[in-house]
Amino acid sequence: MKKIYGILGIFLVVFILTAVMSSSFLTPYNMERLILRTSLFGIISIGVAFVIITSGIDLSIGSVICLIGCGLPWLLTKMSLSLPVAILVVMITVVLIGLLHGLLITKLKLQPFVITLCGLLMYRGITRGFTGDQTQGFGQVFKGLRWLGEGRVSIPGIPLETFGIPVPFFILLIVAILASIFLNRTIYGRYLLALGRNEQAARYSGIHTDKMIVMAYLICAGLAGLGGVLFILDVNSAQPVDFGNFYELYAIAAAVLGGCSLRGGQGTILGVVIGAALMQVLRNMITLVDWIPTHIEYAVIGAVILVGVVADELVKRVAAARKAAASRN
Amino acid sequence: MNAASTSHAPRQASNAGENLLQVQGIVKSFPGVRALKGVHLNLSAGEVLAVIGENGAGKSTLMKILAGVQTHDEGTIRIDGSPVRFHGVEDALAQGIALIHQELNLADNLDVAANIFLGREPLKGGLLDTATMHREAGTWLSRVGLSVDSSTIVSTLTIGHQQLVEIAKALSVNARVLIMDEPTSSLSQHETEQLFKVIEDLSSKGVAIVYISHRLSEVKALADRVVVLRDGENAGDIERDAISHDQMVRLMVGRDISQYYALKERSFGEVVMKVNGLRTPQNPLHALDFELRKGEIVGIAGLVGAGRTEMLQTLFGVTPALEGAVEMDGQVRLMQSARDAIQCGLALVPEDRKQQGLVLEMAVKENMSLASLRRDQHRGFLNRKKEQAICDEMMGSMHIKTPSDMQQAQYLSGGNQQKVVLGKWLAMRPKVLLLDEPTRGIDVGAKQDIYRLMEQLAQEGVAILFVSSEMEEIIGMSDRALVMHEGRLSGSLKRHELNEESVMQLATGGDHIADSPAA
Repeated sequence: MKKIYGILGIFLVVFILTAVMSSSFLTPYNMERLILRTSLFGIISIGVAFVIITSGIDLSIGSVICLIGCGLPWLLTKMSLSLPVAILVVMITVVLIGLLHGLLITKLKLQPFVITLCGLLMYRGITRGFTGDQTQGFGQVFKGLRWLGEGRVSIPGIPLETFGIPVPFFILLIVAILASIFLNRTIYGRYLLALGRNEQAARYSGIHTDKMIVMAYLICAGLAGLGGVLFILDVNSAQPVDFGNFYELYAIAAAVLGGCSLRGGQGTILGVVIGAALMQVLRNMITLVDWIPTHIEYAVIGAVILVGVVADELVKRVAAARKAAASRN
Repeated sequence: MNAASTSHAPRQASNAGENLLQVQGIVKSFPGVRALKGVHLNLSAGEVLAVIGENGAGKSTLMKILAGVQTHDEGTIRIDGSPVRFHGVEDALAQGIALIHQELNLADNLDVAANIFLGREPLKGGLLDTATMHREAGTWLSRVGLSVDSSTIVSTLTIGHQQLVEIAKALSVNARVLIMDEPTSSLSQHETEQLFKVIEDLSSKGVAIVYISHRLSEVKALADRVVVLRDGENAGDIERDAISHDQMVRLMVGRDISQYYALKERSFGEVVMKVNGLRTPQNPLHALDFELRKGEIVGIAGLVGAGRTEMLQTLFGVTPALEGAVEMDGQVRLMQSARDAIQCGLALVPEDRKQQGLVLEMAVKENMSLASLRRDQHRGFLNRKKEQAICDEMMGSMHIKTPSDMQQAQYLSGGNQQKVVLGKWLAMRPKVLLLDEPTRGIDVGAKQDIYRLMEQLAQEGVAILFVSSEMEEIIGMSDRALVMHEGRLSGSLKRHELNEESVMQLATGGDHIADSPAA
């Protein structure tokens, strides 16, 4: 728990600052949008956190979102597949992508950065190819499916017209709880944390590290796919050329802010979710606060992440020095 | 001060060289262990000083301090009588002290001249002056008697030649003190002789040599004086004329060896593991055959690179065998991964504790349970009660010293780290325990704990196969020793046949032993 105090603190500071600086920040509609965006980015950030814990990286997330987000409506509207079949195709696709990444990284010992960089290029290119670079969406049909993305659940006492909790928030909740249990309560979670620190020692302890790493890439691709579906349900209109662009970087940033080290073996799910929320509050702040020009968004986000990781590293060093001193004789 | 005798190469015993280096009261602590507790040492120009001691005695730490790799907590270092303090290797080099590491520090993708002048390349108009570099490199190479071209890429040289390049590099910065840490550990007989000639030659020209070695016959052949360290303290000095094997061992161990290794007579049970025609990927030409009985402790001796570690790793499935079978309790088993081996009742305490044995950043408890998590799981979920119980049991029975079981393994001393690795495997109740250099780099107390534990396990019926490069350990702890030479099993010795000569003869391939420096 101690590990998340830092990120929680930064989050609260930025949240309060934004509320003070902009009167439209705490409005019900804005909060609803913020929760929705946090939920969507939280889901893909949890995915990449698993990969980062194995000391890997997945740069293809944004392109997987594009592939699935454009592919699902394309299968339903252009290919006229039934919903269950389309969902099945989508699931098979993300499993294949996860397997491809994982197997190339473990069996051929290729670097995750390179493999998933190729994925980043390929999946977007493929999407632009089969859609003919045309905008994709569901139109006004598939009501049931669209509820997953657009639905809102009312809080007792508050009329739904004023405020409702977006359905994706509940999906994030389920994903986060499952991921947290998996990481902290199962032997596989422990294996991931161990091999992320020292793969050799894990292997010498009888852990099939390759299988665990493949699994991490499967989880990541799977959650990117789920994210893709939810993102397209939210906007209902996606252009293959830029849908999901840079989302992998938001996800990686959220994971790192949330306490994942790119050296592997470290990270908490709650931290990652708060990290994702912080990213969204920051973006929101830049849009809402008048005197911050919107086009410097990346600079602000970059600076906040930099300050966050530097502060984290300094805190860790002090703690380590204190611990080492304590154990000296 | 200068104890040089006339028994070998003449020494320059000029008064100027007296007290070239004086070390007083050096103290150095690491988390959880006091490595040096007030060590002193004097060195004169042209002297060859051997520093010996068991693993963990503090030799390497002292040398690293002298070479500026580490800083000492207390004590003084004087050079030519004036106190100095090193904050880095450059400081030590500037004072003329150079360390030749056990693992050589060369950029082996570059050529010889580039390595000799690395970091202080001669320039001409802002560009590398390669002509000067190669010309000067040639002079330094000839001083160490190395006749290779200075444009040779270092990786194509033998280890022995690479070492000479490193010495040439040290001389080129006007080193007056050369510290050599186990320089012969990976050299052939011929290369060793060549190195000795270079050392004699350098010392006759006034360069002082600090020579660290486990090989006592080398020390006897080479040293003007021996400084013995034990548990981070000076155990005694031996002057040239008094250097003898017995005297060195007595000072190093500080007690009678027969008490140190208290191996009692035991009877062994049935054959628990039988290895038939096993071929490892590293030494595919030699098939390995041997068997192991219940309760038997079998040592594996051999020189560095004889294939001992590779054999254990193949038995444990980390590098699966090319061919051959392992029978456990009469059943042929295939070890394709560590998990297969674990399921057969094997356990391996690997040589490289920090890379292979532990996840250093994880807690003691988490390291201890890493192998048994799978066995103790509840449908995939961690069994935290069992995990805690195992940890408590092992911490108690092995007297592991740590502030808490949530302490990261990296903050424990070497001996306690090794006990954590052992605990991880004892929790699996192995039938066969493979130990690779089980006491490397740990202090004497922890060593004895580990010997006692080995004996106790053997009494409980566990078969133990251990690799060791320490002759005393092999002789003291083995019911039987297997000796390896260049990838093959060159012989097997029963307890009563075990002595330094019989082991060395087999370890060096059976030829001459009398004048072998590697005894």
